[in-house]
Amino acid sequence: MSATVAMILVLAAGTYAFRLVGPALHGRVELPVRVQELLTAGAVVLLVALLATGALTEGGGFAGWARPAGVLVGGVLAWRKAPFVVVVLGAAATTAALRAAGIA
Amino acid sequence: MVENMRSVQRTPASTAVASSCDPGLFRDVSLVCLAGGVVGVSFGAIAVAGGLPVWVPVVMSLLVYAGSAQFSAVGVLLAGGGPVAAAATGLLLNTRTAAFSLAVAEHIGRGRLARLVGAHLVTDETVAFTLAQRDPARRRAAFWISGLGMFAVWNTGVLAGALAGSALGDTARYGLDAAFPAVLVALVLPSLRGDADIRRAALPGAALALAVTPAVPAGVPVLVALAGLVLHGRGRRRAGRRSV
Repeated sequence: MSATVAMILVLAAGTYAFRLVGPALHGRVELPVRVQELLTAGAVVLLVALLATGALTEGGGFAGWARPAGVLVGGVLAWRKAPFVVVVLGAAATTAALRAAGIA
Repeated sequence: MVENMRSVQRTPASTAVASSCDPGLFRDVSLVCLAGGVVGVSFGAIAVAGGLPVWVPVVMSLLVYAGSAQFSAVGVLLAGGGPVAAAATGLLLNTRTAAFSLAVAEHIGRGRLARLVGAHLVTDETVAFTLAQRDPARRRAAFWISGLGMFAVWNTGVLAGALAGSALGDTARYGLDAAFPAVLVALVLPSLRGDADIRRAALPGAALALAVTPAVPAGVPVLVALAGLVLHGRGRRRAGRRSV
């Protein structure tokens, strides 16, 4: 049990340290404009990579057809400028419907 | 998102609190909170069903507060992988929050308390919501509204799931695993559409992340995607303008 406590504390402290990098440095270290630009772009690069791997993969392998199909429907709705709610519910509903129909 | 916001503003505000902020933002954040809450319930339920005491998922959610890392760490524990492997997996997954915290730092605020509390609220969703807004005031509001909302709902959900167990059944049936990538699509699409530099970096980055996924530990693929940044600014340099 104490090993579990230690695991939670190490994970929590490490994660908090990662998250504190930005707020701790902000206003104290003057970053060049180019670096600031790359940080914003880097956040978008990470988010796009997260959505791509999150949509298509699970545990290092293919996530099955239902999930990417739902994300694709959400993506098309977003591209057509549908409201956010419609995008999110459309994606979840598509995946849920496919699973209900027996497609994993 | 920006476009969505505009269409929402034409409809009458349904929330009184939202008068100073964007009512559309409240609605969008609420929806993501709701979905996050259900995922939180499933996290609590999975942890307890796997044999962990109720306090483990609850304390972990409050202190670690990172969905994917929590699922992975508990997954490793339940599979008998040991606490060192569990912590290492979770930390690797959370490395990206360092880059995220740098990207949103200016929107968190300068006070000591704001920095200390705000840091804990940096998640994929808060960053996506923050960067999807057009001006600094909205970005700051989006960070705090989505950050505090997600934290409250996620932890409440985990507690409920840990206590109630698997009452919801298999949450895969609700298609929520498709909802989160779709949330990110909706939030990043305006930047991808409007900024060729970002597109040039993000799309090859994502392709690279997908390519290495089968071969590397969880958490590494999105970090590898950052290699796409070498392509950022290429167009401008080619056009002959100075980029720095």
